[in-house]
Amino acid sequence: MGETADQFFVILQHWLVGHAPASFRPLLSALFSVVAILVVFAFLFAITTVLERKGLGRIQNRYGPNRVGPFGVLQPIADGIKSLTKEDIVPQAADKAVHFLAPVVLVLAAFSLYAVLPIGRNMVLANLDSGVLYFFAVSSVMELTIFMAGWSSRNKYSLLGAMRAIAQMISYEVPLILASVTVIMAAGSVSTVAIVESQAGYSGILPHWFVFTPWGFTGFILFMIAATAESNRSPFDLPEGESEIIAGYYTEYSGFKFALFFLGEYLGMFAISGLGITLFLGGWAAPLSFLTWIPSYLWFFTKLLAMTVMFIWIRGTLPRLRMDQLMNFAWRFMLPMALLNLVTAGVWRFLPHGVVRWFVCGLLVVVPYVFLSRGLMQGWKLEKRVYRFAE
Amino acid sequence: MLGEGIAKGFVETARNFFGSYLSKDRLTTVQYPEERLPQIEATRDFPFLVYDGDDWQAGLRCVGCQICEKECPPKCIYIEKSKDKKPDAVGKLQFFPAVFNIDVSVCMSCQICVEVCPFEAIKMDTEFELSTDDRFGGLLWDKARLSKSNAYYGKIHPTDAAVSDALLAEEKAKAEAKAKAANETMANSTLPNALQAVSGASSTQ
Repeated sequence: MGETADQFFVILQHWLVGHAPASFRPLLSALFSVVAILVVFAFLFAITTVLERKGLGRIQNRYGPNRVGPFGVLQPIADGIKSLTKEDIVPQAADKAVHFLAPVVLVLAAFSLYAVLPIGRNMVLANLDSGVLYFFAVSSVMELTIFMAGWSSRNKYSLLGAMRAIAQMISYEVPLILASVTVIMAAGSVSTVAIVESQAGYSGILPHWFVFTPWGFTGFILFMIAATAESNRSPFDLPEGESEIIAGYYTEYSGFKFALFFLGEYLGMFAISGLGITLFLGGWAAPLSFLTWIPSYLWFFTKLLAMTVMFIWIRGTLPRLRMDQLMNFAWRFMLPMALLNLVTAGVWRFLPHGVVRWFVCGLLVVVPYVFLSRGLMQGWKLEKRVYRFAE
Repeated sequence: MLGEGIAKGFVETARNFFGSYLSKDRLTTVQYPEERLPQIEATRDFPFLVYDGDDWQAGLRCVGCQICEKECPPKCIYIEKSKDKKPDAVGKLQFFPAVFNIDVSVCMSCQICVEVCPFEAIKMDTEFELSTDDRFGGLLWDKARLSKSNAYYGKIHPTDAAVSDALLAEEKAKAEAKAKAANETMANSTLPNALQAVSGASSTQ
């Protein structure tokens, strides 16, 4: 029973494809998976927008949207109709072809990311041997589209936003990839499916997820910070900066193209959360051994939802960084931490199992953290501001 | 230590999040169409024409002097004077506005028309939900729509209405005393009576 529920969608797909002639089967099978991804993640985007607005509202002691439908749950439909009926304005001086391509390519790239994410047991669109590499390659296309948008708009604010975005994304891609390299070292594979399988066992009732090791925990935190920066989410939302550079690189976008940017951004967030889950949180595996009867894809989406809630919580809590703080944090804290974490992962691999391993690796994480954060905070002085002329 | 302040911030926002579900006092938003805040007495939004008694056409205080039309900064008032006369609030025969229009979309609620009116005829209303789907006819309010009774004025702005009522009562008493004096002189001799009638007619114009 549990097995059937777990494999329900896989069996359904095989059964549906079985009706077609043999030469069409691979194409048809891929088509079904693609449609499923398009529908599920677009739907997830819709509910996340309303969840985010409600969550942020509650964090700020407001109600959030509560007018469209019961408790405002139909808000995404209203938003969709609104953006579809709005006028699509293209600036006269804009590079029209690139201006049109930027949001389209962004959404395309964002959807392509899901090809390598194992959503459940046997549920991955393309089991590439170089899955993680593919993921990072495609996610850098998203950076390119941001610059396309900023450049083609012929607007100073857009270009400023795009420049900031590029600087930020290139800086944070380094710790992002270095943090995931530890997992690749431990799993001995670049394939996302193999990485999930290497975390599949349980000792007692506890799972063998990489996040439950000193290096994995550090890696996960570093990965999530870098992922927040990569997906342009608050507190790293300088490229958009609604309050200072009026939505940055997509200032000149209106109507449905604006909605496409929104969609692309959220899809990127889900995808990178999905990769974080795959690398550190055991992918579709159940968190406790006696919970394995719940279908694997439900676990994946539960974890994804938890990550999304975390993202919303972060957005509701932290103020936007300044550009120099952003760069200092990336190069003076994240990068050395990620490099040292590689060493920690190696030490963990070659030390014998036991308390000693935990102690040594824990020390290798805590000591650099203390010293690096002290170095980062050097020169920070919080004091009352003195005005020379205003008083 | 790096991260201490961030952790504190997370606790604070979590407290807000759960607290807003537990105690209604945290949610300060007034859910407007269902809930409303009470209006303060000095609330003003859009002018209306005051009339005395029950019949708005007979009791309209406006005499069509066009001072408000001339003083209105955005020029949203349009008045056409009548050809004939009717008695005003004090009892004198006066012109009245044949047409009195105010454009809602142009009015900026400055209250200057109220300040300049010598007849206590135009006052500010507290009604603010004036939106309509007819952007031409629906926003141009005519005399009939603008007229509201003095009782209504007393209800929305009690203090101001009392002052204005006292003022009018004083003027009315003065006018009556004058008429009485005129009557007395008329009783004394018929010749000055005719003179009085001529001067009375010239003073109204």
